Amino acid sequence: MKIHEYQAKQIFARYGVPIPRGYPAFTVDDAESAAKKLGQETGSPVVVVKAQIHAGGRGKGGGVKVAKGGAGEARELAQKILGMQLVTHQTGPQGQKVRRLYIEQGLDIARELYLGAVIDRDRRRIAFMASTEGGVEIEKVAAETPEKILTVHVDPAVGFAPYQARELAFGLGIGGKDTLGKFVKLMRALYEVVVKEDCSLCEINPLVVTKGNDIVALDAKMNLDDNAEFRHPEWHDLEDKDEEDPVELEAKAAGLNYVSLDGNVGCLVNGAGLAMATMDIIKHFGAGHGVAPANFLDVGGGANQEQVTKAFKMILKSPKVKAIFVNIFGGIMKCDVIANGVVAAARELGLKVPLVVRLEGTNVELGRKILSESGLAIQAAGTMADGAQKVVAAIGGAR
Amino acid sequence: MSVLVGKDTRLLVQGITGSAGGFHAKQMIEYGTHVVGGVTPGRGGEKFEANKTAVPVFDTVAKAVKETGANATCIFVPPPGAADAILEAFDAGVALVVCITEGIPVADMLQVRRVLEGLGGKTRLIGPNCPGIITPGGCKIGIMPGHIHKAGHIGVVSRSGTLTYEAVGQLTALGIGQSTCIGIGGDPVGGMDFVDALELFQADADTHGVILIGEIGGGAEERAARFIKEKMNKPVAAFIAGTTAPPGKRMGHAGAIIAGGKGTAAEKIRALEAAGARVAPTPSDMASTLAGMMKH
Repeated sequence: MKIHEYQAKQIFARYGVPIPRGYPAFTVDDAESAAKKLGQETGSPVVVVKAQIHAGGRGKGGGVKVAKGGAGEARELAQKILGMQLVTHQTGPQGQKVRRLYIEQGLDIARELYLGAVIDRDRRRIAFMASTEGGVEIEKVAAETPEKILTVHVDPAVGFAPYQARELAFGLGIGGKDTLGKFVKLMRALYEVVVKEDCSLCEINPLVVTKGNDIVALDAKMNLDDNAEFRHPEWHDLEDKDEEDPVELEAKAAGLNYVSLDGNVGCLVNGAGLAMATMDIIKHFGAGHGVAPANFLDVGGGANQEQVTKAFKMILKSPKVKAIFVNIFGGIMKCDVIANGVVAAARELGLKVPLVVRLEGTNVELGRKILSESGLAIQAAGTMADGAQKVVAAIGGAR
Repeated sequence: MSVLVGKDTRLLVQGITGSAGGFHAKQMIEYGTHVVGGVTPGRGGEKFEANKTAVPVFDTVAKAVKETGANATCIFVPPPGAADAILEAFDAGVALVVCITEGIPVADMLQVRRVLEGLGGKTRLIGPNCPGIITPGGCKIGIMPGHIHKAGHIGVVSRSGTLTYEAVGQLTALGIGQSTCIGIGGDPVGGMDFVDALELFQADADTHGVILIGEIGGGAEERAARFIKEKMNKPVAAFIAGTTAPPGKRMGHAGAIIAGGKGTAAEKIRALEAAGARVAPTPSDMASTLAGMMKH
């Protein structure tokens, strides 16, 4: 789960990771009064108006602007940014509508650094990465000058050791006794955030050293581990449904794992690996014929008939779907449950596109019988390859 | 004669009184697995009834091991208590811990992994978020459909549950049996990895070839490729799922950075082929690809 910059910064503040002063704003009036308040608190009229969307690259896309002239200018900028369709390298060409702003004090910046924490699945540790190349795309730094990224791995039995923080600090050229101490304190607080808040990713880009030698998180990007939701009831309030794909939200509510894609074959599969492999095989046979998967849909192992019906309805309702491929290898999932769900959904909404079904595994005979007795126009497939080829032919033939 | 599990396996089921644990305990007993006990805190002293047998339920894993001589455990405990259940099994000295549970927080698994590394190899963990391990005709630990398997000489190791069934189904359809099939699970942090499984298959006289099923993300397949090149003389066929997965949907970009450019399907396929493994062009060709290698 992704959260907004201002939400991540509120979490930072609770743990003692230094952040600039700032207030979220949902309207132009909010933005103006936030700027006024910041002016009074800091004695400086300079504020930054920042679009809050769940994607990076906001500055380049025109979603972050500095108001040097105080509250009036902040209001004008807020008027421009609020409601705009912000396009960044992470939003796709359609962009994302800006519905929230964050109004933040301006800082005198001496240096911009990069700091990131991530689960390193190869080392099975939390890794902290730091770089002197802050404020730019870190992917670019990693590709072009990987030696500029410093990494330390944290032993969970020990926690973030001060020497590791010093190692990063010296690597970044932070050597003054005062700033060194501030950096070590920040790193240890950040580690607490990552562990206690169950972050799967936490990035500060840039982390700035101010002209007054303070170290401050100027930006914050935080992804939370969905598996840990059960112990974080407060996450419910952090969720911003406007930022999510409505179809994916509907699927999540039904306990389904769904990702929208650009193609034309609706897929219903059990198991994430098989679902990915099904996409691969459709592309393998469909490339050159304009046939590609319209979605990734894993109904999981323990889905009941209602969930399968729901899943199949979601596919039937999608206007881009020109054919459907159901690919099931029943383990815990029983083929008859899938068959009943498919038939129920097709009866209710009607089946207007070709449907190819490949069933294998637990209760396969019963499942096939339910499908063949349903009277629906179903093409049975013996193998994954057979099914993928049939679905490609079905779309090719319909043209 | 197969790896890790067989006729001598004496299994506990942690979470045996829950719906998933109970259902699969029955299935395992039916398959012929020697289930010697169950563990559910607070339900000690009860009996779990299944197919004319009554399995004793214990409050703790330590007590269960002491009373039954169990040497393996299968965990069905829900995510909030699953990591704790694994640690309890470690502490009781169970040699093989198989965790089926899906949805354990990564932070919990980082701690489990740290403890596991301190045990110095006397305990093995399979999973979490995996189908388990099966030696066809001998012992099934987990949730895989037993009937699709056939005893034989091919080892299967996979990060995906249903793709394992797919490979096994293809092998059995060709009349090729399996020595042992291991689902290592799809979570970012877990127990056994590909190299651990390949080591066992290479050392097992009864295993004549291996199917390895990987997927995008991390560097486990690349490490497997290195092992195949340096240490294996048995044929290995592979499949990597996710060739066409959209980037960024599964892993944050910082994850890709730390892997040093690794993690894409193309990289993994290149590494495996350079190591002498043959990569199936589609998931429908896993068994036939291996069969083609076995003839030579």
